[in-house]
Amino acid sequence: MDNNISLTLKVWRQNDAQDKGRFETYKLEAVSTDSSFLEMMDILNEQLIGEGKEPVAFDHDCREGICGMCSLYINGRPHGPDDDVTTCQLHMRKFKDGETITIEPWRSAGFPVIKDLIVNRSAFDQIIAAGGYTSVSTGGVPDANALPIPKPDADEAMDAASCIGCGACVATCKNGSAMLFVSAKVSHLALLPQGKVEAARRAKAMVGKMDELGFGNCTNTGACEVECPKGISISNIARLNREYLSAKLQD
Amino acid sequence: MSNLFCSSIGRKLLMSLSGLFLIIFLIVHLSINLLLLIPDGGESFNLAANFMALPAIKFGLQPVLALGFIVHIAYGAILTLQNNKARGNSKYASGNKTKEVMWASKNMFVLGITIFAFLAVHLVDYWIPLQITHAAESVTIGGTEMHNTYALVKANLQNPIKVGLYIIGSLGLAVHLTHGFWSAFQTLGASNGIWRRRWTVAGTVFAWVVGLGFCVIAVAMLLS
Repeated sequence: MDNNISLTLKVWRQNDAQDKGRFETYKLEAVSTDSSFLEMMDILNEQLIGEGKEPVAFDHDCREGICGMCSLYINGRPHGPDDDVTTCQLHMRKFKDGETITIEPWRSAGFPVIKDLIVNRSAFDQIIAAGGYTSVSTGGVPDANALPIPKPDADEAMDAASCIGCGACVATCKNGSAMLFVSAKVSHLALLPQGKVEAARRAKAMVGKMDELGFGNCTNTGACEVECPKGISISNIARLNREYLSAKLQD
Repeated sequence: MSNLFCSSIGRKLLMSLSGLFLIIFLIVHLSINLLLLIPDGGESFNLAANFMALPAIKFGLQPVLALGFIVHIAYGAILTLQNNKARGNSKYASGNKTKEVMWASKNMFVLGITIFAFLAVHLVDYWIPLQITHAAESVTIGGTEMHNTYALVKANLQNPIKVGLYIIGSLGLAVHLTHGFWSAFQTLGASNGIWRRRWTVAGTVFAWVVGLGFCVIAVAMLLS
């Protein structure tokens, strides 16, 4: 079959958080180029189960690019060689017949490995819990035109809100910084009137939690926005800096 | 406000402000160096150098400049150490193949070390003989006796090895500035989709004007 490829996979295997971990090499024959990357992983796992071996553990859920669970570092890039897609949206037609694919977990001090390719991203949940919400009572659903919002603000807020919290930004950052994630979460609320009320407190609380959890300091390399599957811009980081510095100066 | 400088954004604010301050210093330094190119036997350069040695500048501004350097270097080192720690001990076996990332932005610390080496040579070559030991020879211009800084610079720049080092330092500085300039404004929050492009263009032009400006002066002095 023309649209089938055979692959050599170098996959990171690690029994648990304490294990040192190592790469294992597997061969896969006749993988359809129409299958998604995660379907290829499913095929690998069926093969491993058939051989009586332990399947590879990896995170996934919706498989349509909106939940942010899938998180594989493929051939030197988070979410693999395609741009603006998550691992689940990556297709095998992006790979060549006979290619060796290296599959690793996100690596960062903030995201310790739990097992194989699964990392603990609860640090992101802790940052959200620190202030990534509005606590104002919004009441019933108001008329859409009751609260005028300028179109550019609405657009930028929606762009920032498209962050799915997958952690690709941290995975690729040479500083292990979570600034793109935090800035997206601060921005999508700070740009809208309902979120603006608590903007200062939110920026301080979320940056404080981010620092406390040991994420690095942003040095504006811009690698995060290149690898972000949702194309979140680092102009959000400038906005976060603005929000945070003005909040601190007002104290 | 109290714990601002304990936060990541606060530490970066210090890098940004000290960096912008050092950029202003570079503009002054390059402006005075350009006087070396005036063919008047170094008179205008010596007058400018003598002005910069006035007590108000020597004892008023020089410590501020030193502080700017110290803050920028110390926080550069602190941030780099923290960031290496945050990156973790395990490295990616497949490396990092992210495209469209400026090389300078990932190597600011190494470029900084190049500039630091350059700074150290500068202190030994100029600052010590001119302001500490006063070993540099004197010249009288308009009835005022002053150091012949021009002769000192000219003697140093007759040495092709020194000119070579000078060029390496200046080019390192230029590459450092191509990222540093726009990055300083991004850290201050003075950036968005439009201003990012403006700062990047302005920063790139500024970086190469400064870097090549110093190079041209050094080569001109060697050939003169």
